[in-house]
Formats: sequence, C-alpha cells, structure tokens
Amino acid sequence: MTTAMNTELKPEDNIAKGAPVIVIEHLFKRFGKNVVLRDFNLTVHGEENVVVLGKSGAGKSVLIKCIIGLLKPDSGKILVFGENVPGMNPDELDKVRTKIGFLFQANALYDSMTVRENLEFPLRRHWIDLSQKQVDQMVSEALENVGLKNTGDMMPSELSGGMLKRIALARTLILKPEVILYDEPTTGLDPVTSREIDRLILTLQKKYHTSSIVISHDMNCVKNIADRVILLLDGVCYADGTYEELEQSGDEKIKQFFEQ
Amino acid sequence: MPLIQDTSEFFDETGNMAKFTGHFFSHGLRPKFEVKELLAQCYTIGYKSFPLIGLTGFIMGLVLTMQLRPSLVSYGVQSELPVMVGVAIVREIGPVITALIFAGKIGSSIGAELGSMKVTEQIDAMEVSGTNPYKYLVATRVLATTLMLPLLTILGDAISLFGAYIGVNISSVTTIHLFFAQVFQSLSFSDILPAITKTFFFGFAVGIIGCYKGFNSSKGTQGVGVSANSAVVLSSVLIFIIDLLAVQFTNLLGLN
Repeated sequence: MTTAMNTELKPEDNIAKGAPVIVIEHLFKRFGKNVVLRDFNLTVHGEENVVVLGKSGAGKSVLIKCIIGLLKPDSGKILVFGENVPGMNPDELDKVRTKIGFLFQANALYDSMTVRENLEFPLRRHWIDLSQKQVDQMVSEALENVGLKNTGDMMPSELSGGMLKRIALARTLILKPEVILYDEPTTGLDPVTSREIDRLILTLQKKYHTSSIVISHDMNCVKNIADRVILLLDGVCYADGTYEELEQSGDEKIKQFFEQ
Repeated sequence: MPLIQDTSEFFDETGNMAKFTGHFFSHGLRPKFEVKELLAQCYTIGYKSFPLIGLTGFIMGLVLTMQLRPSLVSYGVQSELPVMVGVAIVREIGPVITALIFAGKIGSSIGAELGSMKVTEQIDAMEVSGTNPYKYLVATRVLATTLMLPLLTILGDAISLFGAYIGVNISSVTTIHLFFAQVFQSLSFSDILPAITKTFFFGFAVGIIGCYKGFNSSKGTQGVGVSANSAVVLSSVLIFIIDLLAVQFTNLLGLN
C-alpha cells in the first residue's frame, strides 16, 4: 500500500500512459457542520482504473462531483490535465468537460427525449458545427459500442435497467472523453448484467485508452475493474493499494469492506 | 419557537426566490440564447394551453352573462348587459381567470418537470453536457410563460365575449354586430392596456415560481409532488397580489 503522490501537471503536458491526469490536493468540502472531505489527496494516472470504496454518505459522489465541477470545494486543488477545476469560469469548465465523461448512478437520461436525442445532446451542445451525417455516424458508433444499435428511436421508459445503463454509458463515451467518472455503475442491476457492464467498461477503456475513477460497493465489480483501490474514510484517503493488497490487509476498517 | 422558525423560513424562502429571480435577469437574458428551446416551450406552453383557456373562457362569459341578467332586468337596464360584461371580462375577470387556469396547468407542470429532472440528476447531466441548465430550462420557460400568457388572455377574452354573446341570446335576440359594437364602444385604451400589461407580470410570476420550486425540489417523489403543488399555490397567490398592485398603480396614473 502506498500514499498518493501529488504531482502537478502543466496544460501542455502530453498525457501518456502512466502520466498523472487527475491530481487532487488538500481537498476540503463540508455541508453545514458535516465535513465530508478533509485534506483529501489523490492522483490518477493515464489509463488507470481507480476504484473508490467507502461507506454510504462518506463523500464518494461528492468527490467526483467536485472533479467535474458540479460542486465547488471549500478549499484545495483539483487539477485535471494540469488545470485547476474549482478556479475555472463556465466556458473553461465546458471545455474541460469534453474530456471528462460522467456516468450517473441513476443514468440521468433525459426522459422526454429518445435514445438518439439523448446521445445527440452532448454532441450538439459541445460541437454545434457538426453536420447531421457526422452526428448520425457518432450516434451509431456509440450505440454499436454498447451493443444496442437498434434502440435509437426508443424512449428511455421502454428500456430495461441494464439497457439504460448501457445507453447512459454510450452517452458518456460519445464525446470520446479521456477520463471517465463512474458513480456506482452496477448498482441496482442483477449479477449477470453487472458483469456485462464490468466487461463493457474494460473493453471500452482498452479501445479508447481512458482513465477512470469508479465508485462502487459491488466487490465483484471492484475486483474486475480496479487497477488500484482507495478507501475513503472520515473524509480522507484511508488506504491506497491494489485489490489484493487491501483484501489481505489486517486493518479492521479495511477488512470489513472485503468480508462477504 | 415554531413561530420564529416559520418566520425565519419564510424570509429565507423569499430571499432565495429573489436571488433566483435576480439570476434570471443577470444571467438568463445574456447571449447565447436558447432560441430553439424557447420556441419549443412557446408551443408547449402557449398552443397546448389554448383549448383549456378557450373552453374556460367561453363558459365564464356565458355564465357571467346569465348570472348578471336578472339583476339588470330588475333595474330595467338589461340593454347595458354587453357593456357590463365586456368591461368586466376585459378589465379584470379575463386576465385573472386566464392566469389562474394557466398557473394550474403550466405552473404545476414546470414544477413537476424540473423537480423530477432535479431528483433524477438530469439537470446535472445537462450541465456536464456543456449546457447551462439555468439558460436552457429556466430562462426559456420563464420567457415563454411571460410572452404566451398575454396572447392567451387576448384569445381567452375574445372567446369569453363570444360566450357572453351566446348568453345574451339565450333570453333575448341581439345581433353579433350590435353586441360587439356595444362592447367596443364601452371600452377604451385605458381599459385594455393595463389589463394586458399586467398579464406579462402574471406570466412571469407563474414561470419563475414553477422553475424555482422545481429547481429546489427535495429528493424523492414526494419532493416532486410538493414542488408542483406549491408552485400552483404560490403563483396563484402572487397573481392576486400583482393584480392588487396593478389596480393601485393604474388608479395612481388615473387610468381607471
């Protein structure tokens, strides 16, 4: 087990495999009197899958929402490709968000739009100068990637839980992000569908060479996906290591997450 | 103490609503504008509300005429029925009833839609997709309600007057030409302008409160229901308050 290294990135850095893509330094976030993150530090490297474990309400979702700029931390730095997210103006945030995908826990598909419109939405908003032919091509490719190429004209309400998750993943990937943040990707799915989603995440990661932070309580998912596991406890990064290292730990606080 | 807590919550809520409204003027009206979404909202909010507003307007004109007739007959001034109904509909009843129906239909729908988008993280997803949810969801809806309610009021007034014409003809015979000639003879610019002007404020109130309640919806289906319900109640109350202020203001200007 090791502690996270804090390495600063410059914007012009070439993001290669193993180079730091996300660097979080001394992050603090509180809601009223409840301190969720206190002096949290983490570094995620290129093409690395980091899984964040922690109890419900420990601040895992808050952490990734701070990374993508949906929540503003009270203090600390979040460097994504060398640029500090909390200090960005809305235009700069939009720009960096084209490089970060976010898979929401409840999928967050727009229920008033068809699957195709859901996938077109981020394309139209970020790259408004795309032709209809290019958009159609990108939507088809995204649907094909998740194995649901014939669902374009369906409404989200017509799809099963697993299909919704796949469509949400397709929407996350349509902008070809370099980093993906997954908020409990297998929660609420049956074991078979969960393993399919795990495999899909790994396949797409290999195809697009992405780095990711995955929040999960599903230990099978953690085992399948994680290059590195960190344990978020009492607002700090309590443990950091591979799945095997943490599984064999004698620390009671760590052991309770691995007891099935 | 509960009273102190309730008072504090009331002022908190009022302050937050004022801040939300201020945000509309400081951020919502800046370029770039979501024109496509604004037109879609105008269609949904305006065109799709028209049948309901038309039907209630027609019934209102018809019933008002039938209720007023006996009183006027007892004074022997039933010939003044078109004048009385015309002034009542155009100056007060038309705008207020249309706004209340509009608040019931559109205020609740905006509150529930945005509330449900909030609890299912669709608003966050929109922000992640490079879209300012305030501009895309709030500014477009508030502008659409502000622009569509005056149009619906004018159409509702016209249908209501037609209902009144039918009402007059139930008990006597009057030509449509004579009826409308009497109505328009009794109306002046100072009757129509303040009545239509205040509907812009009614529309704004319905839109901003629906959006505020939806945007600040608490988690769960109950939260969405509360948002929809409180959007209707609050915007209906505000319509009466704005109406009261508008009447006082037109009195001050000598337009009454």
